[in-house]
Amino acid sequence: MGYTITEKILLAHTDKKSIAPGEFIYAKVDFCLGNDITAPFAIEEFKRTGYKRVFDPKKIALIPDHFAPNKDIESAAQCKLLRDFAKAQNIKHYYEVGRMGIEHALLPELGLVLPGDLVIGADSHTCTYGALGAFSTGIGSTDLAAAFATGKCWFKVPETTKFIYYGKPDKWISGKDIILYTIGKIGVDGALYKAMEFTGEVIARLDMDDRFTMCNMVIEAGAKNGIIAPDKKTIEYAKTRADKRKFKIYTSDKEARFSSIEEYNLSKLQPQVAEPPLPSNARPVGELSKVKIDQVVIGSCTNGRISDLRIAGQILKGKKVHKEVRVIVIPATQGIYLQAIKEGLVNIFIEAGCAVSTPTCGPCLGGHMGVLADGESAISTTNRNFVGRMGSVKSRVYLASPAVAAASAIKGKIVHPEEIL
Amino acid sequence: MKLQGRAYIFGNSINTDEIIPAKYLKTLDKNLLGRCCMSGIDKDFSKKIKKGDIIVAGKNFGCGSSREQAPIAIKASGISCVIANSFARIFFRNCINIGLPILEVREKLDIKNQDLLEIDLRKGGILNKSKNKIYQATKFPQFLEGIIKTGGFIEWVRKTRAEK
Repeated sequence: MGYTITEKILLAHTDKKSIAPGEFIYAKVDFCLGNDITAPFAIEEFKRTGYKRVFDPKKIALIPDHFAPNKDIESAAQCKLLRDFAKAQNIKHYYEVGRMGIEHALLPELGLVLPGDLVIGADSHTCTYGALGAFSTGIGSTDLAAAFATGKCWFKVPETTKFIYYGKPDKWISGKDIILYTIGKIGVDGALYKAMEFTGEVIARLDMDDRFTMCNMVIEAGAKNGIIAPDKKTIEYAKTRADKRKFKIYTSDKEARFSSIEEYNLSKLQPQVAEPPLPSNARPVGELSKVKIDQVVIGSCTNGRISDLRIAGQILKGKKVHKEVRVIVIPATQGIYLQAIKEGLVNIFIEAGCAVSTPTCGPCLGGHMGVLADGESAISTTNRNFVGRMGSVKSRVYLASPAVAAASAIKGKIVHPEEIL
Repeated sequence: MKLQGRAYIFGNSINTDEIIPAKYLKTLDKNLLGRCCMSGIDKDFSKKIKKGDIIVAGKNFGCGSSREQAPIAIKASGISCVIANSFARIFFRNCINIGLPILEVREKLDIKNQDLLEIDLRKGGILNKSKNKIYQATKFPQFLEGIIKTGGFIEWVRKTRAEK
């Protein structure tokens, strides 16, 4: 009998000798995180655990990124709770405005998550780190409070669905198009409670940023985690960031049991756009060419990394944003922001007529920095297009890749990037 | 423990932005969250319901974000239990952890708005008194039963520590 990567990592974090899907385990976590909307409740609940000190102040990250920089007085109070708790507990990885980034871009960038790790985060997009060959999953504030106290969390061992991607996709196909297409195929609960393991020649060719994007959105199919077996690219990425910490590479055994195997040939795949109100409403971009847009958001934990900004810059270079469109570009971390400045990307964006912001989750969840009014539509590189997600319940969000979003910014309507370049 | 209340019906894939929109995530005041419960889909919901009423939904209830404010808002609103064909996983664990009763029933539920329901939480039995129909919820695994019986995950952590 063999194991999947997910099963191997979970087993390695328990005292058990074997493990099986469906089984409940109480496992050690290597790292846990919370943000300004989830950690305040966790801090309150931690007080009720009876523990006075956190289990390890070096294995917790607190990142004010959702309503930060503080959007109003109430948000300021929430962020202050994190800051005060971090100070009182001597928490090493508290990242202040000016040094921070969107949590799921920042942690891998800093090498705080490495292959083989078991990571939990009070944020649903914690599943992002599966791109590194780590087990990572979103949990709630109470789980985080318990992890603060004990360094442990309960899990049901998930079944794994294997996805194999073949073919030679068009040059405009990114990780975002592949994951939107996949969610479109299986539905918003198509992988409920399961692990999604991504493999195949297409995945092997993707760079790390695109792999993060794919794993980031597995929650939109209901999955517990997404995971990609580490290869040379993963090891290179991890090594340059690991400091002295050792990491473990796990791959699925040949005899591993998968609940199902899905195979897709992507040679003819068109860039995908998900219509509101569900991420599973993926359509080829050409089918939505009549949709006019008022706003474009390029950023978020899904698509705010340097390669996302590079492709957007390539399309916007020397062009102007459509006069009836506002474009907000949000580099996901200060490091990415600085890199974008060095590469001249920020100049390209500002000369084209875009607003460029300090890192924040802001508009993705209708918080700030680009909230929509009644009747407005946005094309966004974020991860959710639920009713009211970016503001008014009468606004509409279309999810797409940075290339499609940037091209649409110029035309004022949803277009294929080949219409620009 | 027996619960009784009127049913409020919702569809498939009700997401956490509908249960508690992000604009209300700036507070630790559970009563305030309760007053905003389901306001992303029905802004008068918390005014309509009576204490003990029951949410009945389709597949994938609570999908989307990890915000624990979603089950906190439902619990604080006075809703006594959520019945659904399936739950999104983070929402599911949050309910177990904070002690909001939930029941998963795989079969199609013939329950209409305002039907009177009686629930036997211990047995997972649901009686639709308005239609005289009975449903049986999926049994919780033993591990989760342990957390539920202790009164939530924080209480479970306290108890586990005390036993050491």
